[in-house]
Amino acid sequence: MILNGVAIDDEFAEAFGMKATRIIITAQNLTWAYHAANTATGFATSVIACGCEAGVERELTPAETPDGRPGVSILIFAVSGKELAKQIERRIGQCVLTSPTSAAFAGIGGGEPVALGQNLRFFGDGFQSSKLIAGRRYWRVPVMDGEFLVEETTSVVSAVGGGNFLILAETQPQALTACEAAIAAMKKVPNVIMPFPGGVVRSGSKVGSRYKALSASTNDAFCPTIRGITKSQLGPEIGAVMEIVIDGLTAPDIAASMKAGIQAIVDLGAKAGVRRISAGNYGGKLGKFHFRLREIMAS
Amino acid sequence: MSALVLTLRSRPAQRVDLLPLTAQPLAGRSIRDIAALPLPSGNRTIPLGELFAVEGTPGTEIEIRNSCDQLDRIGAGLAEGRITVTGDAGAFLGIRLAGGTITVQGRTGAWTAAGMTAGLIRVNGNTGDFLGGAMPGDHQGMKGGTVAVRGDSGDRTGDRMRRGTLLIEGNTGDYVASRLVAGTIAVWGTVGRFPGLAMRRGTLLLRQAPAELLPTFNDCGQYPLSFLTLLARSWRDLPGKFAGLPDGGFAVRRYMGDLANGGRGEILVRVG
Repeated sequence: MILNGVAIDDEFAEAFGMKATRIIITAQNLTWAYHAANTATGFATSVIACGCEAGVERELTPAETPDGRPGVSILIFAVSGKELAKQIERRIGQCVLTSPTSAAFAGIGGGEPVALGQNLRFFGDGFQSSKLIAGRRYWRVPVMDGEFLVEETTSVVSAVGGGNFLILAETQPQALTACEAAIAAMKKVPNVIMPFPGGVVRSGSKVGSRYKALSASTNDAFCPTIRGITKSQLGPEIGAVMEIVIDGLTAPDIAASMKAGIQAIVDLGAKAGVRRISAGNYGGKLGKFHFRLREIMAS
Repeated sequence: MSALVLTLRSRPAQRVDLLPLTAQPLAGRSIRDIAALPLPSGNRTIPLGELFAVEGTPGTEIEIRNSCDQLDRIGAGLAEGRITVTGDAGAFLGIRLAGGTITVQGRTGAWTAAGMTAGLIRVNGNTGDFLGGAMPGDHQGMKGGTVAVRGDSGDRTGDRMRRGTLLIEGNTGDYVASRLVAGTIAVWGTVGRFPGLAMRRGTLLLRQAPAELLPTFNDCGQYPLSFLTLLARSWRDLPGKFAGLPDGGFAVRRYMGDLANGGRGEILVRVG
């Protein structure tokens, strides 16, 4: 399949089941909502070493937030509900409770309830108080700038993590420009995050390593500077490869996001230096979810 | 006609207990069965049909027409459905209400909504003492649900209330929120003497400062508290003044007390 001069490989992205939640963070203004949200979703690129994968999903108008203030929604993904609960408490406690004027609310329902402010309330040292409003319990924790308002629980739902595609371009700047266009389009798709810096990862990995201590190592088949000495998947026209990883609440959300991103790159076309789109997988035996590039682009 | 309609023939000489009307579900029962329900009144019982003209369809909806303040315990223990009262109601309306809606066009007596756990009660007129309070012998008053009163309420409004919301558009008598355990009481008008006497926790939200505040309440300053926006939004679907509270929140002056009983309750007085 060739779209606007860009070859779409007959490959598929292999993704895994995860647990996820959405949290709404509000503040006096959008700047401070972002300060809290960006801190809470920092160092959350991969479950391999961060405990979770997290990112800002979208901005919310005052009419969309529970307390009528500007806010953003974040999504947090982890490999288990237990690990997710631990990450929620740490990140909201250290990054949102601490952020001036902030408040935090559950942004999703229907799943297993886990603590959001249920334990953070004890920071109030006995001066905290709760309110049951429209069937949902909120905690008011006294802090130095007023009150930290936090909902007691949020919901954990089943989700999908590890959707991806690779952008193969002639040069590094061209690959990055294409990724930026893709991320801009993908940010308009709800229910997904791209957890790596700026949404893009340049250190795609393969399973295993020649070093016993490492379970994963650089994906040498896609590293252009060693293509002469490894079993490379790159032709001579490829000078840089970048990857976009997607976590989503459902498989269709990830498929929609991948389509939006790839389409944005295809719109740039081969004249922008993008030659191929591929995807990362483990042979199809590890992940429950397979996203076939050509099927997604043909749909 | 989908509701069961009970029209009071004339004002009874003695008080009448309407608990039997909601003690058992009415669906599936005949008009004759319902007319035969024995209603305690004074030292005897009277068949319901003697006091009321009965028509309509027995089910979850009841309409009581030509009602008066001699009819006690209307909607007691109701778990679902709707009761509409045209006229006044007596004491203990909606006590131990566990769901559904009761609407009263006129006034209600003392202990309205006492021991209520869920549901909605709307009173278009005034209501008596101990609104949402604890029934004699109970340790706690109302434990959930919402009561919206368009008129005034009497003394001891919310006495020993544990959870839920009381919205009073008019004025209240003395000792509003007395011994309040938790929950929210909002008053649009004025409050009588000594609001919050012995309150432990909970919120008394006032539109205007009380004329007399107990010395066991301390001023904690003036703030915009964001939980008030959540409260205001939860009241948006109710008729009346509380539905019109501003969406973006508003500043309140916070008094905490009663320091004679833990001091973790709050009286919030709207500013501006």
